[in-house]
Amino acid sequence: MTATLTQTWWLTHRQLKAMLRQAGFVVITLVQPVIWLFLFGSLFRRIVELPGFGTGSYLDYLVPGVVVMNAVSSNMWTGMGVLEEIERGITNRFLITPVNRGAIMSASVITAGISTAVQSVIIVLLGWAAGAHYPGGVGGVAVLVITSVLLGTVFSAMSNAVGMTLRQRETIIGLSVFLLLPLTFLSSAFMAEDLMPGWMRDAATLNPVNWALDAARGALSASPDWAVAFGYSGLLLGLAVLMVWLSTLTFRGYQKAV
Amino acid sequence: MITDTTPAIAAYDLVKTYPGDITALDRLTVEVHAGEVFGLLGPNGAGKSTAIKILTTLAKPDSGRAVINGHDVLRHPNRVRREIGVVAQRTGADPQATGRDNLMLQGRLYGMRGGRLDGRVTALLDRFGLAEAADRAVRTYSGGMQRRLDVALGLVHRPHVLFLDEPTTGLDPETRAELWAEIGRLAQDGLTILLTTHYLEEADRLADRIALVDRGTVVASGTPDELKDQLRGDAVHVELRSVLTEAFEPAVYGAIAALAGIREISVDGRRVSARADDGAAAVPAVLAALDRAGVPVAAVTVARPSLDDVYLRHVGRRFAEADADATDAATLITTGGSR
Repeated sequence: MTATLTQTWWLTHRQLKAMLRQAGFVVITLVQPVIWLFLFGSLFRRIVELPGFGTGSYLDYLVPGVVVMNAVSSNMWTGMGVLEEIERGITNRFLITPVNRGAIMSASVITAGISTAVQSVIIVLLGWAAGAHYPGGVGGVAVLVITSVLLGTVFSAMSNAVGMTLRQRETIIGLSVFLLLPLTFLSSAFMAEDLMPGWMRDAATLNPVNWALDAARGALSASPDWAVAFGYSGLLLGLAVLMVWLSTLTFRGYQKAV
Repeated sequence: MITDTTPAIAAYDLVKTYPGDITALDRLTVEVHAGEVFGLLGPNGAGKSTAIKILTTLAKPDSGRAVINGHDVLRHPNRVRREIGVVAQRTGADPQATGRDNLMLQGRLYGMRGGRLDGRVTALLDRFGLAEAADRAVRTYSGGMQRRLDVALGLVHRPHVLFLDEPTTGLDPETRAELWAEIGRLAQDGLTILLTTHYLEEADRLADRIALVDRGTVVASGTPDELKDQLRGDAVHVELRSVLTEAFEPAVYGAIAALAGIREISVDGRRVSARADDGAAAVPAVLAALDRAGVPVAAVTVARPSLDDVYLRHVGRRFAEADADATDAATLITTGGSR
C-alpha cells in the first residue's frame, strides 16, 4: 500500500514538474477563460437588468460559469497527453516495471485535479481583482474549486478513455469541439436558469456542467444553500468515480492489446 | 528453483495472434543460458518484438509458457519485472524531463530511494558518458545519447537479464559501433542479454548464440559458426589473368574437379568458383592445379558462408527480400505499432 502511494506520488511529481516546466503554456491556457470573463463580462453587463435574473452584478454571476467552463475545456485535452506517452513508449516503459497499475492511473487523475484547482483559483482571483464579489466567502469559493475539480476529473477521464480506446487525436479534438459549447450553453453558465427556454432547462438538469454550477452558486450565495451544494457535489463525485473506473477499464484494454 | 541448468530465459511454444488473423508467433521456442548473449534474428515482422513483449510481461501469449530465471511471466509478472531490464525499440525516456530525472523516477518505480538511488544514477550517468548532459532535457540529446540513456534506464535496478529490442536501428554507423562495444561490456559483466535484430552483421558480431526467426517460429539456432558450418563449405573464387577460350574451359574444370573436397565448380570467362569444406586449405591445391593446367591466376578470395547464406538455406529466400516483403506487408496492414 505504501509502495503504491509512493509510486503514485513520484508519478504525479513527474507530471507536475512537466507542468511547471511549461508554466508559459499554463498561462496561455488561461488566456481563453480570461477573455471569456472580461469580454462576456462587459458585453452582457446589463443582462442582469432583465427581470427575473436574480443577481445584481453579471461579473459575480459569470465567474463560476467561466471557472466551470475552463474545467471542461482544459481537461478535454488530457487524452492527447496519454496518446503521446503511449506513442513515445513511456507508458510501456512504466508497464515493464513492477509499478502498481493503479498508481499510473491515479497519478494522471491527481495531476489533472491539481491543475484544474490551480486554474480555478487563478480565475477566481482575477474575477475578484476585476471587482467580482463572492458573498459565500472562502467556503463558497472552496465548493466552486472542488466542483470544478470533480467536473474536470469527469472530462479528463473521458478524454483518457477515448484516447486509450481509439488512439486517434482527431477523435479527441472532435469530441472536445462537439461537446464544449453545447454543454456550456445548456447550463446556467452565462444565463440565469429561470430565463432559459423550457427545453433547455430540462436538458440542463441532466448536464453535469450545470450540476457543478448549481452546487457552486448554491455555496457562493450570501445565504449558502448547503443542501444543494452537497447534493450536486455528490452527484458529480459519483460521475467522476464512474468515469475514472471506465478509463481504468480502457487502460486494462490497452494493456491487453499491446 | 534455480539451478545451473535452469535457463535464464525460456519460451516454450509461444503463440500470439492479433486481431485480423495476424499470427505474430507460431509456437516459438527459445532457451537462453545465464550469462549468454542471445540474438533473435529475423526480418521485420518475423515476430521478434512480440516475443520480447511477452517475455517482458507487456503482452500475454495465446498459449505457451515463458519463464525468466525460474519465474513464470504469466503467474508472477512482478517477480519477472524485478529480474529484467528492457531497452525497447522506441525510446521510452520522457523528452521533457532531464536525463537524471528519468533515471531517478525509473529507480523509484522499483522502490529504490535515498543515497543508494542517487549513487546508482550518478554512476550510470558517468558510465554512459551522460554526466555533463545529466541535467538537460532529453529532447536536446543526440540520437546516440538518447540510446545510451535508454540502456541506462534499463539497468537502474541492476537486472539480471537485459532485453534489447533492435537496439541499433536508426543509429548512424559510428554510434552503432559504440553501442556494440557497450553491449560487449555488459556481457562481460555477466548479464544475460537477449537482443533482437534484423541486421545479420549485428547478430554475427554480438551474439554467442542465434535463433533465426521467420514467420513467428525459430527455423534454426546455434552459434553463428555452427550455423555457417551447417552450410558445409566456403566459397573459393579465383580470378584469372586472361579470359579462357571455350575450348580450354573443360580442361580447367577437369583439373579442379579432380581435387578432393571441392564441389559446385563453375568456370565462366575469367572467373572460377567452387565450394570447399575448408576454403583456406583448398587454395594451394586449386592454385597448383591451375598452374599445372597452364592458367595464370590474378587473385584468389575465400569467403566464409554468411548468415545471409544460412538464412537463404533455412527460409528459402534472401534476408533482404524477406525484410522488404515484410515492410511492404506492414505498410499494407498499417495496424499501427510494431509486432
